[in-house]
Amino acid sequence: MDERIVIVGAGQAGGELAAGLRKQGYAGRVVLLGDEPHPPYQRPPLSKGFLLGKAALTDLYLKPLATYERFDIELRLGTRVEAIDRSTCELALQDGSRLSYDKLVLATGGRARRLRLPGLESATLDNLFSVRSIADIEAMRAKFVAGNRLVLIGGGYVGLEVAAVAVQLGLRVTLLEAAPRLLARVTGPEVSSFVEQLHRERGVEFRLACEVQGLELDEARRQVRGVRVVRDGVPEQIDADLVLVGIGLVPNTELASGAGLAVDDGIVVDEYACTADPAILAIGDCANQPSAITGGRIRLESVPNAIEHARVAAATLMGKREPYAAIPWFWSDQYGLKLQMVGLSAGYDQCVTRGSAGGKEFSAFYLKDKRLLAADVVGRPAEFMAAKRLVASRAEVDVTRMGDAAVPLASLVA
Amino acid sequence: MPKIKFIEADGKEHVVDAQEGQSVMQAAMDNLVPGIVAECGGFASCATCHGYVDEAWLTKVPPPDAAEEGMIACAYHVRPNSRLTCQLTVTPALDGLVVRLPLSQTSE
Ligand SMILES: Cc1cc2nc3c(=O)[nH]c(=O)nc-3n(C[C@H](O)[C@H](O)[C@H](O)COP(=O)(O)OP(=O)(O)OC[C@H]3O[C@@H](n4cnc5c(N)ncnc54)[C@H](O)[C@@H]3O)c2cc1C
Ligand code: FES
Repeated sequence: MDERIVIVGAGQAGGELAAGLRKQGYAGRVVLLGDEPHPPYQRPPLSKGFLLGKAALTDLYLKPLATYERFDIELRLGTRVEAIDRSTCELALQDGSRLSYDKLVLATGGRARRLRLPGLESATLDNLFSVRSIADIEAMRAKFVAGNRLVLIGGGYVGLEVAAVAVQLGLRVTLLEAAPRLLARVTGPEVSSFVEQLHRERGVEFRLACEVQGLELDEARRQVRGVRVVRDGVPEQIDADLVLVGIGLVPNTELASGAGLAVDDGIVVDEYACTADPAILAIGDCANQPSAITGGRIRLESVPNAIEHARVAAATLMGKREPYAAIPWFWSDQYGLKLQMVGLSAGYDQCVTRGSAGGKEFSAFYLKDKRLLAADVVGRPAEFMAAKRLVASRAEVDVTRMGDAAVPLASLVA
Repeated sequence: MPKIKFIEADGKEHVVDAQEGQSVMQAAMDNLVPGIVAECGGFASCATCHGYVDEAWLTKVPPPDAAEEGMIACAYHVRPNSRLTCQLTVTPALDGLVVRLPLSQTSE
């Protein structure tokens, strides 16, 4: 009998792994199980082109259905896995059937963190949304029209992208953020204020350092009418036609923990994507892995991470050992401006900037001991690529030249 | 259907049927051509779809825009005929296009 690799989660990482196994000539069976009705798709356009109406559903699909057939990838959609039985190497599926595996890869991603507010537990609200899946976007489309008042709770990249699209579509947007500045956890103050300025100029209103206290519901408890906040001890109610919650992601780790595998902000894996069970791997948003950069452990939520992690897992499954080595990077798109981020800025001791925020071209470089840890780049793609190489090389840089916008950054690359 | 030939750095060839209107990158993805990674999904943000357009075809593809040029400027293994394949649209005029792929899309 052929060996069977079963992948749970037909998302970015799962789809990439299935394709990667075939690219590497894997001859056994590859089964890709996903609970959504769609084949693996790109999520980044959900909060960008797809929400704006510029990208069609099929543009999101990473590959057409025919590709899976042609390369003998058994893609089963609308199939939810309920449990793993490690003693028999079987999965329990939602329809009551069982499926055996020789190797199992968990690529279950995560779900939007829910807003926890007293009194809301029992309510199902028609106009309260999150942005994780195609279904989420389709659910909010009807409300996403000019004139409607959108309140966004949470000022991360996804929330800001949605704000940009909403403004472009003529909605009135208020964004609520608990921290005193935007993107506080992922970027330096220079970039926070740049991004804030970008949105303010286009009419987005902000309530920073504000605490959400509750939602105002209609009588039937089906619709949100407003959001109650407090800032500096001053209460305020912000009226809303729709509310979007973007307060982070909870990794889908229940299958792993139910099977007795270690979970600590994600399914715990080593640098080869392996759990403690030699037959089970985990990749992508749901996995927590060692980081060569920080020396600690890390869980990343990005497409490049999903792809690199799938590459590592494919190598492991092919009997090679190729540890995770990529430098984390991420991009975002707001009002047609391209933001590209590379590295992890935590612990930087110096920030060097280039360009001008007013000119919509701007780079911020985060250094520690004269070595580049990370960079945020807006509209200067060559500097992003150069920064990527500098972060990877960990070489000492000439900080004076780095700060001189007349010196091409590429000349600092060894 | 226009045919595109991708040649991996080690010389392995893949001839694929491409759909008019899709990107050259997507044609590689649909056919599981190794050597194209496409991390950003075609938004000229990653340069992991980098390919060398065969000289005979260079005049048949439109020149890169500023964003593509910037990304290529500091990509790995750049040559004069380097392009981001996600920025090249498949047209009947590209039938027979040959694209060579760099050694690695992500590092030196
Ligand atoms: C709106 C939005 C914008 C984003 N923008 C960017 C961006 O600009 N750049 C970037 O790099 N990243 C971006 N990301 C993040 C990126 O999309 C994710 O990091 C990536 O999709 C992770 O891939 P994954 O395969 O780990 O998880 P996912 O793509 O989430 O796939 C997991 C799949 O597993 C399924 N699943 C879960 N449990 C089960 C089960 N028990 N049985 C069967 N199926 C199951 C899920 O339904 C899902 O389909 C964005 C994400 C969102 C939501
Ligand atoms: S796919 Fe990212 S630049 Fe082409």
